[in-house]
Amino acid sequence: MADKHIDDLSGVETTGHEWDGIRELNNPLPRWWLWTFYGTILWALVYTVLYPAWPMLTDATKGVLGYSSRAELAADVGAAKAAQGVVLEKISSSSLEDILADPQLSQFATAGGAAAFRVNCTPCHGTGAAGGQGYPNLNDDEWLWGGDVNAIYQTISHGIRDTVDPETRISEMPVFADMLQPEEIRQVAAYIISLTSAPQDPSLIDAGKQVFADNCVSCHGENAEGNRELGAPNLADAIWLKASTEAEIAAQVRSPKHGVMPAWTGRLGDTAVKQLAVYIHSLGGGE
Amino acid sequence: MNHVSETIWLAIGTFLALLGAAYAYDSLFAAHMWVLFFVLLVSTILMLRRISFASAGQAPAAAIKSEYFDEVIKYGTIATVFWGVVGFLVGVVIALQLAFPDLNIEPWFNFGRMRPLHTSAVIFAFGGNALIATSFYVVQRTSRARLFGGDLAWFVFWGYQLFIVMAATGYLLGITQSREYAEPEWYVDLWLTIVWVAYLVVFLGTILMRKEPHIYVANWFYLAFIVTIAMLHVVNNLAIPVSFLGVKSYSAFSGVQDALTQWWYGHNAVGFFLTAGFLGMMYYFVPKQAGRPVYSYRLSIIHFWALIFMYIWAGPHHLHYTALPDWAQTLGMVFSIMLWMPSWGGMINGLMTLSGAWDKIRTDPIIRMMVIAIAFYGMSTFEGPMMSVKAVNSLSHYTDWTIGHVHSGALGWVGMITFGAVYYLTPKLWNRNRLYSLDLVNWHFWLATLGIVVYAAVMWVAGVQQGLMWREYDDQGFLVYSFAETVAAMFPYYVLRAVGGVMYLAGGLIMAFNITMTILGYERRERETGAAPALQPAE
Repeated sequence: MADKHIDDLSGVETTGHEWDGIRELNNPLPRWWLWTFYGTILWALVYTVLYPAWPMLTDATKGVLGYSSRAELAADVGAAKAAQGVVLEKISSSSLEDILADPQLSQFATAGGAAAFRVNCTPCHGTGAAGGQGYPNLNDDEWLWGGDVNAIYQTISHGIRDTVDPETRISEMPVFADMLQPEEIRQVAAYIISLTSAPQDPSLIDAGKQVFADNCVSCHGENAEGNRELGAPNLADAIWLKASTEAEIAAQVRSPKHGVMPAWTGRLGDTAVKQLAVYIHSLGGGE
Repeated sequence: MNHVSETIWLAIGTFLALLGAAYAYDSLFAAHMWVLFFVLLVSTILMLRRISFASAGQAPAAAIKSEYFDEVIKYGTIATVFWGVVGFLVGVVIALQLAFPDLNIEPWFNFGRMRPLHTSAVIFAFGGNALIATSFYVVQRTSRARLFGGDLAWFVFWGYQLFIVMAATGYLLGITQSREYAEPEWYVDLWLTIVWVAYLVVFLGTILMRKEPHIYVANWFYLAFIVTIAMLHVVNNLAIPVSFLGVKSYSAFSGVQDALTQWWYGHNAVGFFLTAGFLGMMYYFVPKQAGRPVYSYRLSIIHFWALIFMYIWAGPHHLHYTALPDWAQTLGMVFSIMLWMPSWGGMINGLMTLSGAWDKIRTDPIIRMMVIAIAFYGMSTFEGPMMSVKAVNSLSHYTDWTIGHVHSGALGWVGMITFGAVYYLTPKLWNRNRLYSLDLVNWHFWLATLGIVVYAAVMWVAGVQQGLMWREYDDQGFLVYSFAETVAAMFPYYVLRAVGGVMYLAGGLIMAFNITMTILGYERRERETGAAPALQPAE
């Protein structure tokens, strides 16, 4: 069993062991393999001298280079802050009108606002700020609470129906199921849809106009043009937030759904909210 | 009378499961105990039907003792193929879920529950069964001894299947301790510990009873795998249950110690389960299939001990740039770099064993599979140390590059070497002249290889793009992309990745068919692979 044996094909001696017909050649370690292995060990030793590595009783060696990932992070963040610091300072101390008037500031604020928007706002408003059902499109001219830069700032800063913020924007459409007959709700839905397209049953329009005049004009206005003081949407411009078909409008009249937007100043700080306002204002619908 | 004590134990277990369901502390535990109850009930009934009441003296047990114990290995081979197909299928499903989120079916079949189902099915069910079956086969042949412990090997096999079923059903029910690759809760962990100790007893007992003077290298690797996995499993799962009749438990570790323990476990699950274990497989099946001696005995010794010593320290590279102290990150990284050559020692020994038999790559699709397996092993054990370098890791970490890396190792190395071993084992275990079809092995080879190439290449591109998008700043110092945009950008890659997975799954199904036909005793008539086509005589 332990007799040495020469492999015919390679001419190399075997170790003399055999298991289930398997023998082992007595080849030496490949030189390149051995030297690369030594090389990695040497490299590892050098690296552990240069960088924090060897654990001691209470602490570890600090490394000759004095590297620390926390210090590196602090330096990176510090450099980033320093690079933006002067401009951020100016944005912080300037009014929104002054920022818009200064090309350098407004360009920087737009870029910064876009970055903050990508991280914080895209989950609801979408990456292109085009919104979706229940989430307003921020690119168009339709503004629920006002489209000048200060109104936008107010909305972002304090949110909508975010009751944690005492200055939040609040409005609530009543539940008309308690006040109107089902027939009247169908009529008013037909009237509202008739402002921008053809209702299913045009004979309901006149009655619906009367219902609207009796119940809705106080908020939505005589011509259904809306009221930004109350966040009441314009119903005559074919831009819909929560309902777009006659049936959906009727449902919204019966039992309205109300969206909530968080107040952001507490989370992002005033300078970031200012930049967000400038960015949203720049999207096309800014007034 | 046989099977009596087993049946009684099963019946007791069934009754205890019923009690567990009745007195459960929470509804998840009750649901899981009902699953256990029905599994054990069916097992008990099946066992009752097999009890024979002949007197003990008539059993021809003495004659069987001298032969190898191969019946359990047959079951293990079938289980390997079955769980492989299941694991690949779930992988395709979750790949499609990432590309098309509507495929998430709440609550049982959403990505969060299906993902551990996939990883556990391929690593522990497919890989684990392959390791248990081949280790039982190899240790008997290379020790010239029957498996130690008699029916204990059956307990290991069926106990392990029970662990798989309890883990898988637990995931779908939403039972998890949220530790990657160690998701099963405390009671399933305890069961696996019992099974694993039994496995160690069978394996080590067989080695101790060997009739060979030396222990073959494959058995060193298998033993290292079994012992280290036992240690990793026990330490990482140290936890206090809220109730002995409830699913929830709390880890014995907290904070960064908890993270480090988890990745010490997680990385060495890769190192000792998916590397050392399958190297054991390679060291037996490659020389057997090639008919050549192992290239270098010295290399096998040096790379074995170097691999075992280095691997256990490399885990911290999973926690670069986290709360883990810098010194631990450094050590994780340098040990990973030093691990490069010890890993490659296995590749050299595997490939060079083929010297003198390279012509078989042309004629033998099984050898071809083994060569591709070793090639992917070499590639991913180079890629791993490279990704552990902190500068590379800062780009690659948390991206799909990691997923690509894992799969080039798992599909390429673990999968292919297992397929090779299964194709080698099946005709031997069932006493067939040859496989049903070598052409189908060839189809499996190409589907699997192309599937891996598509998968890995797509994930590299996806991962690098993802990493670059995450760190892209404009000249004013603002991030350029939102996270949602980086997710949307992955869509084409996710679809292509699913395509690669479907190819790999198709190969697995072909293997399942081929193995089934071989076991049933069919032989497909086909010309010899790689032989020159017969020339037509001139007219």
